[in-house]
Amino acid sequence: MNARAYAAARRTLSAADKLAEINWGLVLLIAVIACIGFAMLYSVAGGHFSPWADKQIVRFAIGMILLVGVALVDIRVWMNIAYPAYAASLLLLVAVEIAGRVGLGAQRWLELGPLQLQPSEPMKIALILALARYLHGLGVEDVSKPLKLFIPLAMIGAPTVLVLMQPNLGTATILTADGCSLLFLAGLSWWWIAPTVTGVIGAIPVAWRFLHDYQKQRILTFLHPQNDALGAGWNISQAEIAIGSGGVGGKGFGQGTQSQLNFLPEKETDFIFTSIGEEFGFIGAVTLLVLFAVVIGYGIRIGMSSRSQFGRLVALGVTLNFFFYIMINAAMVMGLIPVVGIPMPLISYGGTAMLTVMIGFGLLMSVHVHRQVEIPRGAAGLF
Amino acid sequence: MPLFDRKDKSRYASFTRRTLLVTGGMTGVFAALAGRLYQLQVIEGQEFMTRAEDNRVNERLTAPLRGRILDRFGVELATNRRNFRVLVVPEQATDGVKAALATLGRVIVIGDAERDRVLREVTANKPFVPVLVADNLDWDQFASINLHLPYLSGIQPDVGETRSYPFADEMSHILGYVASVSPEEMRADDDPLLSLPGFRIGKRGIEKEFESEIRGKAGAERVEVNAYGRVIRELSRDPGTPGSDVYLTIDEQVQNFLAQRMAGESAACVMMDVSNGDVLALASTPGFDPNLFNVGITNAQWKALLDDDHKPLLNKAIDGVYPPGSTFKPCVAMGAVDMGLGDFTTFCTGSITLGDHVFHCWKPSGHGHVDMRTGIQHSCDVFFWELSKRMGIDAIEDTAYKLGLGKLTGIELPGERAGTVPGRAWKQSTFGVPWQQGDTLVAAIGQGYTLATPLQLCTATARIASGNQIAPRITRVVGNTVQPRPEKLALPFSDAAILTVQEGMQMVLQPGGTAYGFRITEPGYEMAGKTGTAQVRKITESEHLAGVKKNATLPWKLRDHGLFVGFAPIQAPRYACACVVEHHSDGHPQVQIVRDALLFAQQRRTAELPTDYPISAAKNLMPQGSRT
Repeated sequence: MNARAYAAARRTLSAADKLAEINWGLVLLIAVIACIGFAMLYSVAGGHFSPWADKQIVRFAIGMILLVGVALVDIRVWMNIAYPAYAASLLLLVAVEIAGRVGLGAQRWLELGPLQLQPSEPMKIALILALARYLHGLGVEDVSKPLKLFIPLAMIGAPTVLVLMQPNLGTATILTADGCSLLFLAGLSWWWIAPTVTGVIGAIPVAWRFLHDYQKQRILTFLHPQNDALGAGWNISQAEIAIGSGGVGGKGFGQGTQSQLNFLPEKETDFIFTSIGEEFGFIGAVTLLVLFAVVIGYGIRIGMSSRSQFGRLVALGVTLNFFFYIMINAAMVMGLIPVVGIPMPLISYGGTAMLTVMIGFGLLMSVHVHRQVEIPRGAAGLF
Repeated sequence: MPLFDRKDKSRYASFTRRTLLVTGGMTGVFAALAGRLYQLQVIEGQEFMTRAEDNRVNERLTAPLRGRILDRFGVELATNRRNFRVLVVPEQATDGVKAALATLGRVIVIGDAERDRVLREVTANKPFVPVLVADNLDWDQFASINLHLPYLSGIQPDVGETRSYPFADEMSHILGYVASVSPEEMRADDDPLLSLPGFRIGKRGIEKEFESEIRGKAGAERVEVNAYGRVIRELSRDPGTPGSDVYLTIDEQVQNFLAQRMAGESAACVMMDVSNGDVLALASTPGFDPNLFNVGITNAQWKALLDDDHKPLLNKAIDGVYPPGSTFKPCVAMGAVDMGLGDFTTFCTGSITLGDHVFHCWKPSGHGHVDMRTGIQHSCDVFFWELSKRMGIDAIEDTAYKLGLGKLTGIELPGERAGTVPGRAWKQSTFGVPWQQGDTLVAAIGQGYTLATPLQLCTATARIASGNQIAPRITRVVGNTVQPRPEKLALPFSDAAILTVQEGMQMVLQPGGTAYGFRITEPGYEMAGKTGTAQVRKITESEHLAGVKKNATLPWKLRDHGLFVGFAPIQAPRYACACVVEHHSDGHPQVQIVRDALLFAQQRRTAELPTDYPISAAKNLMPQGSRT
């Protein structure tokens, strides 16, 4: 172990040393993906920076500062504020339920003066932190004990139910997926997993009755898009036409007729991946997926190299969160799953998601910088 | 150097295993996503490319220019004129459509109904779709709109094409008219042009008969549109193929002369070139203005046309059937000569008796000695009754068919009727009763069941005048094709028969003839002919005894039809003409009309047929195997 690693373990690493420890290759990769996003926002605006690309660049710059800032903060600090952060996010979710204004048919936004806050986004980070902290203190054999398992399940369940009430099926799905992934990585027994999976599949018909009409409509439309080719099925079929018509090599930058002529719905947000497929073709879309996969590979490697269970779970949690965004968005626009409102991370236009993703990468980077730090199991939160 | 505690070691091992599983799962998901991309973009890419093009490219049909209809010398009878229109584009009307219409209302008159229609269409369409405010504006109105255009925001002047008939009523029955496509026509014809808004198709006459040639082929305009249908730019334009011009055999001057000469009468008149069957004029009065149907006929105008007892919509020349009356007698004579009855004579006492029925000649005092020629000259009923007793109905029927009666002439106009030549088989199948000798007598003087159109009468006359099997034709050239003509054959009658009948018809216009007073006196232009009267009501025996009422004293509807057929000049005949005046008054207008028309046609100095259409194939029009 070199001197810097030793210093990190002792918590005596200087700010300059920490900066040097940041994985700049990963940062560069994130910037490259973000630049692809800017280019697409420029293209779908008909070759203009306004109204999307310019704002997105500013948000990304702020996100980059946040990433570095978060990365420099000691991992144990994040561990210490995990529970308060979770509690605060939960309170915000309750607040939005009570006071939130109705936006897009769902209560998702909280008006804080000039700022619009979507509390479900910070909740994703807070849930990962809180679960990681809780699971850090448990041995493999403890995770599967019913009494010990009850607490993390409640931690996942509470925000999920609140988000479902908004209603926001996509975010609720991601919260559940994030939480369950962490339980799985922490070593949850297969004796729990197998019956649960079976039970969930069996419960689908029951869950159907609790879905909102628009959610049912989306699922029905997904299953039979031709029944509603001019209504809700329009989005799916136009998205498929956009991607498919890109062919192998794409129509060229700024030449995507589906997006330029407004056949694509929400072309700058949830459906921006279709524009990439249209303008850059199979080669371009697969290249973007490969870049995403490399980022995920970085995340897994960082998690594997951390000396603390907290660090490992945070790194994998953030990475999986990123992965779930990509999977759900790409599968949705390609007609593999019903339409849910999940953006493509780093690419889609939108402030809250951009900041959440960048803070997530900041935490990942913090795990990397402080990978040598060992945190005693029982002494979590103690300095 | 601190290491993991033992428990953490096992935890790390578990974590690593689970992470590898998760990594495997993610790899699988990425593979599935890439596979879906491969399916959409590589395998089905071509299909989606087509669908994206279908989205983007809107093909819009453009109407081709309709072919013109011209007379034999190239005078335009139906043509296209510029249609000055004014449109409103809602999104360009800065103060709203209502304000734009109000301002426009100070330049041209816009009715309340029109204003409501425009506002309705504006709300029904996207704001960039132009809506028609008014069309068929005159030049002054159009110029005025253009002058005030800076103050008319959202108003768009526009020039389209519309059908125009310069001669209106005079040509109406020949040309027909164009009007909007009916749902039935839409179903029967899969030409996409029919669904074009405002598209007009031929409904009657030449416009209908040659619709497919005159219409032309649709042009196409490919434009790029966005998701809302707004046109972004034009990609390509195919102007389509204009419709073919149709050159008629009609001589506009003769046609107009006839139509004006017949004005006021409910009448039909056909004039034909006896050398080749070219119809120079085919008039039916009263006519109508075909332009009305194009710009949109009002209910009141339509009702007036339907209610008129002179039936302006009916083309009486081909769709009106009349008993030929005494104009049928030359036909009977023609057959009689070739049966060896050429020298038959009789003595007319004013009537004959058949069974217990007395048949009265039109001249109660009788004609005395009558032969074949004087029989025609005086139109002696008794002579033809006696003649028909010897001929029998079968020979008369056969002769009538040979002269072109009782069957369609095949003229290139829709709605022609075949008329009736009665015979034994016809009566048996129509009424289920056998033929009587009395029927033969009635048929011999062209009354009773016999019916013919003026066109058939003219055709029969042309056959008598030329000795050839003339068939009428009304088109010379369609597009680049000279209309084919049937081979012209000699009539199946002897020269003696033809000559006898021709001489009889000449004598009609000579002293003692029934139309002597109406002869053409200009030397070299003399005509031959035959008068006729078709009874509209039955004259009873008691009426005969009391004295037949004078035609002119009867109500119009009950008066007889007056008929006349003629040809001229008597040496080497050029033209044949037949005229029917319904319910005619005194003064024999039908004879006067034929006389004036034949004289006009003969005296008309015409240039050679123009060469701006391909008449190089005109040798096809030359008679073959015919009498000269």
